[in-house]
Amino acid sequence: MTLWFVFALMTVAAIFAVLWPLGRTSRAQDQGSEVAVYKDQLAEIERDLSAGLILAPEAEAARVEISRRLLAAAASEPATAPTSSLKWRRAAAVLAFAGLPLVAVGVYMPLGSPRLQDFPLAQRERGSGMAQSLENLVVQVEQHLEKNPTEGRGWNVLAPVLKRLGRFDDAVRAYRNSLTYNGESAERRSDLGEAISAAAGGVVTVEAKAEFERARALNADDPKANYFLGLAAEQDGRKDDAANMWRALLAKAPADAPWRALVQSSLARVGGGGTMPALSDETIAASKDMAEGDRNAMVRGMVDRLATRLKQNGDDVEGWLRLVRAYLVMGERDKAMGASADARQAVAGDTERLRQLNEGLRTLGLGG
Amino acid sequence: MIAESGHYALVLALGLALIQSIVPLVGARLRDAALMNVARSTALAQLLFVGVSFVALVMLHVNSDFSVANVYENSHSMKPLLYKITGVWGNHEGSMLLWVSILALFGGLVASFGNNLPLSLRAHVLAVQAWIASAFYLFILMTSNPFLRIVNPPIEGRDLNPVLQDIGLAVHPPMLYLGYVGFSISFSFAVAALMEGRIDAAWARWVRPWTLVAWIFLTLGIAMGSYWAYYELGWGGWWFWDPVENASLMPWLAGTALLHSALVMEKRNALKVWTILLSILTFSLSLLGTFLVRSGVITSVHAFATDPTRGVFILLILCLFIGGSLSLFAGRATSLKQGGLFAPISREGALVLNNLLLTVACAVVLFGTLYPLAMEMLADFKMSVGAPFYNLTFAPLFALLLLAVPFGPMLAWKRGDLLGVTQRLLAAGVAGLVVVAITWAWVRGGSALAPLAIGLGVFVIAGAVTDLVERTGLVRLPFATVLHRARGLPRSAWGTAFAHAGLGVALIGIVCETTWNSEYIATMKPNDVAHVAGYDLKLDGLFQRQGPNYREMIAEFNVSREGEAIRVMTPSKRSFTTRGSSTTEAALLTRGASQLYISLGDATEGAIAVRIYYKPLVLLIWWGPVLMAFGGVLSLSDRRLRVGAPKPARAKQRLQPAE
Repeated sequence: MTLWFVFALMTVAAIFAVLWPLGRTSRAQDQGSEVAVYKDQLAEIERDLSAGLILAPEAEAARVEISRRLLAAAASEPATAPTSSLKWRRAAAVLAFAGLPLVAVGVYMPLGSPRLQDFPLAQRERGSGMAQSLENLVVQVEQHLEKNPTEGRGWNVLAPVLKRLGRFDDAVRAYRNSLTYNGESAERRSDLGEAISAAAGGVVTVEAKAEFERARALNADDPKANYFLGLAAEQDGRKDDAANMWRALLAKAPADAPWRALVQSSLARVGGGGTMPALSDETIAASKDMAEGDRNAMVRGMVDRLATRLKQNGDDVEGWLRLVRAYLVMGERDKAMGASADARQAVAGDTERLRQLNEGLRTLGLGG
Repeated sequence: MIAESGHYALVLALGLALIQSIVPLVGARLRDAALMNVARSTALAQLLFVGVSFVALVMLHVNSDFSVANVYENSHSMKPLLYKITGVWGNHEGSMLLWVSILALFGGLVASFGNNLPLSLRAHVLAVQAWIASAFYLFILMTSNPFLRIVNPPIEGRDLNPVLQDIGLAVHPPMLYLGYVGFSISFSFAVAALMEGRIDAAWARWVRPWTLVAWIFLTLGIAMGSYWAYYELGWGGWWFWDPVENASLMPWLAGTALLHSALVMEKRNALKVWTILLSILTFSLSLLGTFLVRSGVITSVHAFATDPTRGVFILLILCLFIGGSLSLFAGRATSLKQGGLFAPISREGALVLNNLLLTVACAVVLFGTLYPLAMEMLADFKMSVGAPFYNLTFAPLFALLLLAVPFGPMLAWKRGDLLGVTQRLLAAGVAGLVVVAITWAWVRGGSALAPLAIGLGVFVIAGAVTDLVERTGLVRLPFATVLHRARGLPRSAWGTAFAHAGLGVALIGIVCETTWNSEYIATMKPNDVAHVAGYDLKLDGLFQRQGPNYREMIAEFNVSREGEAIRVMTPSKRSFTTRGSSTTEAALLTRGASQLYISLGDATEGAIAVRIYYKPLVLLIWWGPVLMAFGGVLSLSDRRLRVGAPKPARAKQRLQPAE
């Protein structure tokens, strides 16, 4: 209700601003005229002359010129006294009374949200403890660790959160600190490796591979290390090695391991025939449902990063094929088709690459 | 309630502007003082309501009210208070609100201080001002409304572009807008004069203070913007001939020409048509600048968001105002009476030359700005017009202009004595040549033209001094008389001298910086030492620090010269989590007018890429414009401009002792 009161008050003030001059009786106004300006210019000539800034003949010439303007201005000065037209003043008053509120309401109503209260932050933080955003919490933990950097538990908590927020470089640093202050463990080593390869856009770099190998040295059965070492092999082009590693991993895996589906689809990707027939689209779609959760999000993140990287640099035929394959695995056939079209466009200038691409796409069942 | 009140106030301002654009014109036609005075009260009320609206938006930003879309998109609860406030105009919607606020401010100023204007002229000026205001209120409300709300407000905002979280943003846009928008007043005066059909010497005097105010702010605004680019963008450059920079330079060039041609009109009643045309063109260029920057035609730090409807809307406004005013001009210009005559060699002649050079320079910049855009749009062909183009075109024009600058103020009105002036400028010319010789002998390397350009700068400064010496009679008259004459000298003469000297100062800075700056780029580890221009910079170490809404990596450099420690410099790199971007904060060490400049590149395992520059006399580049603006302020404070109708008595009293 107060809001409408404020609106009304403002409207009245605006109307008053229009009506005020209309109501005043017209008296002789303070107003300038050209005559005043020219008189002033004449005075200035006198001043310059007496200060010795100009010489007498120049001053005389200028005086004549200005006087001529002065006369002309005095002659053209409106001789008629200001009139007052009551009819038009009434019209203006009506315009103010009716037009102004009409325009104001007519424009404001479709645009404004008069029902919505203000939500200043201070009020909201008092309102609920939930208001603390994840980012705020992270910053608080970071500030705390800045002061107590040796607190291993803090790094342990922080690192996965940073990774989930996409701050991979910071996550790498946090995992390193966690390793330093909490001691060695296969799990931490492989987490670090994962963060490093995430920071590298999904590529298992030499550095990351070293971490996974250290993890496997600590625990030969660490699933994450084994999975990523397989991925490294695949990225190096050693598909059989990758398939062997993943097959071994699946053999040892408990039946309800949440990452099973991921490894299976990876295996399918490298064509790990033999024990595992290539999965049909339906099975992959089914396995996609099974693999809901972190792993799925991780894969998706990697795929997205790969897609953006390729958007910037489209020369990488292997990369394109990997992207198309990933979309097929995730059951997103539209995206796969889209990506293969993009790929053809990106390498269209290079016949050798185009040939490689077309061959690769044909093996994926998208040729044509 | 704050949000909605601000929104409603803006709508009311639109309503008032609509009334202000009609009623005073009717009043002027009927010669009804009350109807004409409606312009005044509505202009003041408009200022009040836009002010309320602007203050409301500032409060929303300060309170971090994320139910307002504009605040959510451009603010963050943990941003320092200063940047919460400056963030108001660090985005498209808010900056447009600032634009109209300043427009209303100028309208309010004319309404309150325009007592020396004839009533009908004031009514016309304010009505034209209201047309512009109405167009921009509509633009804001329809396409870029800063008060739109979000029903389910998010918890945290998306933060402001980190590059804009800087003190430079607090000052640069308001200054620049005061300049841009200030020229709307001379535009309104020109259109009003055309509508009234009365254009004469008095008009020029009435317009002059407004043009001068706009010009002062535009000068400072451009200088600030350039300094901001210099220290915040981390490349050590201060002018990039970027379309956005050009957009502000063009009105400045046209405005400077206007300032000078209005002088001829005021003194000699000549160049009337040209002055009116320049008033229209200057504001048109301001509008064009707004269009280029705001429509998303150009992507840059300034083009906060791109939205085609906005571009089309501004283009419509542009066509309406430029086309409308130019057709009015074409219709009325022929009926203007011929003014005073003058010989080619005279003060008027010099000012015509000034106008010629400035407008051609402006045309060159306009071409360089629009040509690549046109090519890209029509021929789908990307190109960029940069420093080489302007060095070949803009630089010679300006060299010519600077060569003529000392002559102008010394020539007499109507017909001047070029030979006499040349003789009087002999000392300044000799000073310039001596400096050329010294520079040539002293420095090695760099362009052969550089010493000549420095000599030109010295000539311009010495010429400004000579002018003052001549006018006060220093050297040839007794000291008491000199003092008396110096006091009697109009402030505008002092202003001219300062502004012209400022040009010379800026030129020297530009030449020294571009010719003799030394650069050192390397990857440094802690305890490495870099040697740049006689300074030793030792990298002491790298540290991490947490800022309010960013983390920063600081590199600490110990700067010494010949074994003597000078200061510690701490350039840093800030990374902003919310926007996922980072900025480089360069460290500057000022020695006289020269600066050492360090900015950081990428860090790799314990080492960091650094760029170190030594920039000799770089600060002169900005001292020059400050001097020019100071000259403008002096000129503005001249009593001639303040004298309105009611004050002849004082002037007479002043006259007495002189006789």
